[in-house]
Amino acid sequence: MPDTAIAEAPARAATGGPILQVRNLEAWYGESHILHGINFDVNAGEVVTLLGRNGAGKTTTLKSIMGIIGKRSGSVKFNNQEIIRATSDRIARMGIAFCPEERGIFASLDVRENLMLPPVVRAGGLPLDQIFDLFPNLKERLGSQGTKLSGGEQQMLAIARILRTGASFLMLDEPTEGLAPVIIQQIGHTIARLKKEGFTILLVEQNFRFASTVADRYYVVEHGKIIDGFSNSELAANMDKLHTYLGV
Amino acid sequence: MQALYAQLLVGLINGSFYALLSLGLAVIFGMLNIINFAHGALYMMGAFVAYFLLNLGGINYWWALLLAPIIVGIFGMILERTMLQWLTGLDHLYGLLLTFGIALIVQGVFQNYFGSSGLPYAIPDQLKGGMNLGFMFLPVYRGWVVVFSLVVCLATWFLIEKTQLGAYLRAATENPTLVRAFGINVPRMITLTYGLGVGLAALAGVLSAPINQVRPLMGADLIIVVFAVVVIGGMGSIMGSIITGFALGVIEGLTKYFYPEASNTVVFVLMVLVLLVKPTGLTGRAA
Repeated sequence: MPDTAIAEAPARAATGGPILQVRNLEAWYGESHILHGINFDVNAGEVVTLLGRNGAGKTTTLKSIMGIIGKRSGSVKFNNQEIIRATSDRIARMGIAFCPEERGIFASLDVRENLMLPPVVRAGGLPLDQIFDLFPNLKERLGSQGTKLSGGEQQMLAIARILRTGASFLMLDEPTEGLAPVIIQQIGHTIARLKKEGFTILLVEQNFRFASTVADRYYVVEHGKIIDGFSNSELAANMDKLHTYLGV
Repeated sequence: MQALYAQLLVGLINGSFYALLSLGLAVIFGMLNIINFAHGALYMMGAFVAYFLLNLGGINYWWALLLAPIIVGIFGMILERTMLQWLTGLDHLYGLLLTFGIALIVQGVFQNYFGSSGLPYAIPDQLKGGMNLGFMFLPVYRGWVVVFSLVVCLATWFLIEKTQLGAYLRAATENPTLVRAFGINVPRMITLTYGLGVGLAALAGVLSAPINQVRPLMGADLIIVVFAVVVIGGMGSIMGSIITGFALGVIEGLTKYFYPEASNTVVFVLMVLVLLVKPTGLTGRAA
């Protein structure tokens, strides 16, 4: 996609105000209490990253926002609308898209079917030619079975298919996990371009170095709570703390 | 030789019913993960609805082909909404027991009111008579059943394998949670899928009515063989169910000609052999 297209693309959301407000979010898997009162905001047009160790509750936070976790409480407001009790299909239709950690590529569908699977929920989704411009590999593999793609291609497909839908708020769960450095770099470029296009992105990452190349703000999750938060400009001053939090 | 062709035709007709019924079972198992033991009873209901439409409402066979699957399909969707949906995530045994219970109740109610003997349902005028093919005499209605069943089976296969709706169904079979998170109302889709599977059973019931008469236990006699067909074809495999349904009907027919004593057991012997060699069925995938 030429850069002019990015410059001319209408902003998907006016920057500034919070598009997502999470308050006292608690969640359970069966009897296991996973989230213990998560609080954070995501402003329109931002890339916000949730950092934390394995099992801290980052993925559960995304799944709770998406309505996938059955037992949850607190408040999640998207565009000032309460969605804590909404079903996941309704949440998706409000304009939130979720790209899961395990990528969720369907083995019984080919690449084209995987790409076209999520329905368009509102106007403003990327047309296919722009998607192929972002991920040229996919165009060449349209007839292949989805799970026959390489890990990097599967990740691209998982991101590509939610860009068609018109959702303005993307939640990406560990998009770089298990990928080669060159693919990670490509995913980073893609996220940066999506931000320029006006998408708001909530990212879960353990790869802090990758996150620092794309994020505007960070929240640190530990034991199901947000224990710290800072902006990218405050990153250098918080490096020691961050190393302690992440155990790196 | 005439007798061989006649048995082949009988086999093809039985194969048509096996294919339609096992296709419905495969669709339901693939999507809901439920072994629908009520399928035979729903097939019987299709035949009875056609009978009621004709005798109480004066509605002919052609309209019954359309209306009976819709009526019984709606009944199926009510069953799914009120009972089967609560079994999501539970062991297969619960679904099997519940649907077996439903089958017993439905069959019991019909037996109570209509007894066990068959009620006549006439072949429509347009399909009466037969054709001399030179090597055999083909009753038109039986030829119609084979061709129409094949068309319905292939249309269902096309719907599931080649359309966007089918892509939703296949994806939801793999990961319903994620499909729902894409904005698709999966519970509603499951209900409609159950309705579709039940509708196919009812359609088979209507097709069967002029050949086999309308009896409360007509489904119970057939369903065990149909389950064997589904197991041989591979649980959840659409094309596997269609091909196996027709093929086993023909094999059963040929066995009737060459070794009649084994005709009632040949399907089960084949099931055992297939399970020994390929436990997932001929076209099924490992879980």
